[in-house]
Amino acid sequence: MSNQHETFGKTMTVVLAVCLVCSVIVAGAAVGLRSTQLANKEKDKQSSILAVAGLETDKTITEIFNSNIQTKLVDLSTGEFAPDDAAYDQRAAAKDPAKSIKLTAEQNVAKIGRRANLATVYLVSNDQGQLQRIILPVHGAGLWSTMYAFVAVKADGNTVEALTYYEQGETPGLGGEIENPAWRAAWQGKKLLDSNGKPAIKVAKGQAPDDSEHIVDGLSGATLTAVGVENTFTFWLGEQGFGPFLNKIREGALNNG
Amino acid sequence: MANSNELKAVLTSPVVSNNPIALQILGVCSALAVTSKLETAFVMTLAVMFVCAFSNLFISMIRNHIPNSVRIIVQMAIIASLVILVDQVLKAYAFAISKQLSVYVGLIITNCIVMGRAEAFAMKNKPFPSFMDGIGNGLGYGFILILVGGFRELFGSGALFGIEILPLTSNGGWYQSNGLLLLPPSAFFIIGGIIWAIRTVRPEQVEPKEQ
Repeated sequence: MSNQHETFGKTMTVVLAVCLVCSVIVAGAAVGLRSTQLANKEKDKQSSILAVAGLETDKTITEIFNSNIQTKLVDLSTGEFAPDDAAYDQRAAAKDPAKSIKLTAEQNVAKIGRRANLATVYLVSNDQGQLQRIILPVHGAGLWSTMYAFVAVKADGNTVEALTYYEQGETPGLGGEIENPAWRAAWQGKKLLDSNGKPAIKVAKGQAPDDSEHIVDGLSGATLTAVGVENTFTFWLGEQGFGPFLNKIREGALNNG
Repeated sequence: MANSNELKAVLTSPVVSNNPIALQILGVCSALAVTSKLETAFVMTLAVMFVCAFSNLFISMIRNHIPNSVRIIVQMAIIASLVILVDQVLKAYAFAISKQLSVYVGLIITNCIVMGRAEAFAMKNKPFPSFMDGIGNGLGYGFILILVGGFRELFGSGALFGIEILPLTSNGGWYQSNGLLLLPPSAFFIIGGIIWAIRTVRPEQVEPKEQ
């Protein structure tokens, strides 16, 4: 290396030029690809919802969302529907003190800290317009990560139709098996609540008894993830979660539409 | 000036005889993290190969203008930009895989192989051989990743590229999967085994005993 590269002016020029070129490339990629990335995120979420919607149709995802799936907001404290707001983002709201509540240590069963006041639910109807399933978003802490899931419930507001975990960072092959179709299938037909309307879902250690209405199989080697799953359901089916909403459904609030 | 034999050596020597993971023991952290499945190992290989090749190319192109005092910073700026580019493209066109790779794409920036090749090779060689050196080191990295990923996925989940090969007992088959292989430490054992195998075949790679 000769000394001519080591002058102050030369060093500054090279550094500035490199930074300029690099920033143009990075900014160009970020801006140019943003719309595709956002569309991917949205599609990813929609296909997770469809996975539990149980609709058999050859329509495209967008068509199904336009015709068969209704997105609604639920006020969790009363269980009533809130006015529609297409831009509502439940995760962002959970961080906003004005739109969420801080859970007390006792309430914080699912270890999520704050809970948004409004939750986004999806009402699935068949082509004749009859309500088939209600899809509820739930989330809670597992061993390593926050696990996000959609639960599809029958119109009776109590029977599980399907479950999908769409975002989680548990140990692949152990806790990550909450994404396993065989395990998820075992949820079908389980009852969320007991006869008193209290959360009743339990995750067994090992096999669940065959005739159990509330207990699902455990995951071998993933006790802490399973505990997280159980706590998630205990919270979201309870008073601070969808409890009031599910009560209203069982009283027939959705029968007229 | 660079004849085709030299180029070939630049391209192939990092695969076995001068493998960045097995001989130089670089880039091991990401090799532990992304090898629980073959698919992620494969995409990670492509990403590292791309970054390593192009960072070598660009650094080599401006090697005579890089002031010695700030050369590491200039190299990092170029490498980091390329990594962000890869991350953005994966998020846009291979969303499912980018979700699985998560932070590890971003961590290519800190992968010692990329930086090591920029400093050791690209700063002293012409652009085209540097580019090939980058591809070669990407291949060497990928060779180990694919071996480890294939082993871990086959015996840990009974599948290759997500296609079931050994039917698992949990799905009604006969193969009881090995849960350890799905955890990162298992990659340590496998990489150790590979290093041992390579050095048994090629004893010249064994470091001299320290006195």
